[in-house]
Amino acid sequence: MDYAAILDTLVRILFGFLIAVAVVMLSAVVFPFSMRRLWGFMGDRLGPNRVGPQGFFQPIADGLKLFIKEDITPSQANWLLFLAAPAVALVTPTLMQVVIPFGENYTIADLNIGLIYIVAVGSFGVTGLLLGGWASNNKYSLLGGLRSAAQMISYEIPLIITIVIVAIMTGSLSLNSVVGAQGTVWFGAVQPMAFFIYIIAGVAEMNRTPFDLPEAESELVSGYMTEYGGMRFAFYAALIEWGNATVWAMVGSTLFLGGYRGPWFNSPVWLALKVMVMVFVIIWFFSTFPRLQVDQLMSFAWKVMIPLSLFNLLVTGVLLTVMPDNAYYAIAAISWVSVVLFIALFPRVLKGNLLKKRLRAMKGI
Amino acid sequence: MRGHPEKWLDDGENLSGFGSPVLHLEEMLLNMGPQHPSTHGVLRLKLHLDGELVISVDPVIGYLHRGFEKLAENRTYLQFLAMISRLDYLSGIFMEWAYVRSVEQLMELEVPCRAEHLRVIVAEINRIISHHVALGDFMLNLGSWTPFFWTFRDREVAMDLIEMVTGQRMMYNYMRIGGVRYDLPDGFEEKCRDFIKYFPPKIDEYEKLITDNEIFLSRTLGIGVISPEEAFSYGLSGTNLRASGVKWDLRRVEGYSAYPQFDFEIPVGQWGDAFDRYKVRIEEMRQSVRIIEQALDSLPGGPVNVQLPPMLRPPAGSAYQAVESPRGEFGCYLESDGGLRPWRAKLRDPSFVAISMLPKLMAGNKIADIVAICGSLDVLMGGTDR
Repeated sequence: MDYAAILDTLVRILFGFLIAVAVVMLSAVVFPFSMRRLWGFMGDRLGPNRVGPQGFFQPIADGLKLFIKEDITPSQANWLLFLAAPAVALVTPTLMQVVIPFGENYTIADLNIGLIYIVAVGSFGVTGLLLGGWASNNKYSLLGGLRSAAQMISYEIPLIITIVIVAIMTGSLSLNSVVGAQGTVWFGAVQPMAFFIYIIAGVAEMNRTPFDLPEAESELVSGYMTEYGGMRFAFYAALIEWGNATVWAMVGSTLFLGGYRGPWFNSPVWLALKVMVMVFVIIWFFSTFPRLQVDQLMSFAWKVMIPLSLFNLLVTGVLLTVMPDNAYYAIAAISWVSVVLFIALFPRVLKGNLLKKRLRAMKGI
Repeated sequence: MRGHPEKWLDDGENLSGFGSPVLHLEEMLLNMGPQHPSTHGVLRLKLHLDGELVISVDPVIGYLHRGFEKLAENRTYLQFLAMISRLDYLSGIFMEWAYVRSVEQLMELEVPCRAEHLRVIVAEINRIISHHVALGDFMLNLGSWTPFFWTFRDREVAMDLIEMVTGQRMMYNYMRIGGVRYDLPDGFEEKCRDFIKYFPPKIDEYEKLITDNEIFLSRTLGIGVISPEEAFSYGLSGTNLRASGVKWDLRRVEGYSAYPQFDFEIPVGQWGDAFDRYKVRIEEMRQSVRIIEQALDSLPGGPVNVQLPPMLRPPAGSAYQAVESPRGEFGCYLESDGGLRPWRAKLRDPSFVAISMLPKLMAGNKIADIVAICGSLDVLMGGTDR
């Protein structure tokens, strides 16, 4: 047997595990803090600035506090599933990083089915939330869990279609090839429509504002994590939420923003910067938008997002087949026009429909 | 078919003919409140749910009941004045105002002109404060945090103003029978004029963030529609009534206190839905600023209070006086037998009326609409439970 190869594999597994967990942990420390500060500035207040320089140790203090809290399991809960659910939900952000190219030679495992792997692991995320919601034996939690299931399954479809578009354009399912194919121009510039759909569907997939219905604090108290406290709450509220956000941003920057590629040199620093920019978008959404309603959320997925992404897929596929030489220019033209048209027209159409609905509601009484 | 689980059971029996097990579906009872983030205090809503759809709602009130009317009968007229702003704690001035006006009617007192102006100024600042909370809470119910912080930032400025005059930020105890407690402090007028300059741009800022937001529109347009006839039959008043298109404002209709001297508009809605109620509230804040400015400009001199006997014994008789509080008509009925204490006190609170409309407005909506309707009606449990 080739001991060197086995040793190599073992070291890779160990380091891969360490990196994946470290990224999730780090994101759970850095991003909640930056969210609270940014949110504070957007809300015209200061945010936490007492613990350490500029309040930088606030997340550590919060984590410590949550860590020493009593771990309570409700007596009527299904204790096994209740205890396991946060860990199950943590699987997604950790495992997703396996195929992400951090740098030129820094991929934990360069799978040739990387995109399929991402979709498969990403779909697994709903399990943890649904388990937690069901096992808590609380009606708010159950509603939150079911909402998250419905929402994540609906928004998975446009998300997958945009990933398929990237796969078609690259001609490969490996994420390293995806980054390699963006040597001259980022896919985000060629396919702004796909990037746009990726951002919206991804935000919905992560249950973030304005799609944060599963944990809607004004309706369902805290949704699926209502019964959780202490470290398990920290799992849901910090590790999983922000881990998912980080991984979403990583995949997004790999697929559309050139991954670790950047001007002057290629390095993980660029990936980190792009991740931060994309996470900033989430925070920005969070402090700007109200929350959608369940039926509006679903109809937005099925009536708007999925047809749009299917149209986009059709255009990309046809153009790449018909004129493989300079398809990028045609795709970019159509994609830019459609994204501008969508942003310009959709609010007007929506407002028209809403006014009609208002008229109907008025006549209904 | 949806919303009628009893019919589903029939379907289940029909299904059993095909050899499948009987499907047993039942509605879910969800207790929203009394401890819930968005039931405005201690309102309890028993929701009968079919999935996300609300079949019916039973509001349960009384978790904040303190027996104010009975307490009034066991206290002298002045003693009760110290308590009454605890009633509707966001707009305490109006509670005090309605009460002192009824006592003044009983005693046939003439209030000095300056005192009336001061009352108007403080009351309009209080209306702005209350609408700030209503607006912030409404947006919080819809899941938007930033408007809440913005309104509370400006609420602080208004609170500082009212604190300068009354010495308190919430439980003012400022009105006195026959006048007010203090005259304006030094430096108030400049500060108030600064506020008049500072605040209207901030209202535009709220509108920029909220009014044209598509998500906000889709959450509020056509939600919780109240027709004018319905509003009348329930006895709705204030902002909620005006949003239905009825131009009814006690400040104009009754023209009490110094209000007839001031030029202000009464904003009305057209549709009576949650959006109109939001819009009317925003406009009312603008009008309040106008009233404050005019009251400051035309502030007369003179005393702010009248000399009263130490033991207040209004003559026997009854009096009812109402003021236009931020939530609607707040009325106070007093019956005196000529003694030290009111023989009977009855307080009419607008939130109580609004809550009686909840089952009708909420049935058939989604869970998310429940909190939207609750927030747009701006109900407050302190006044409802009394």
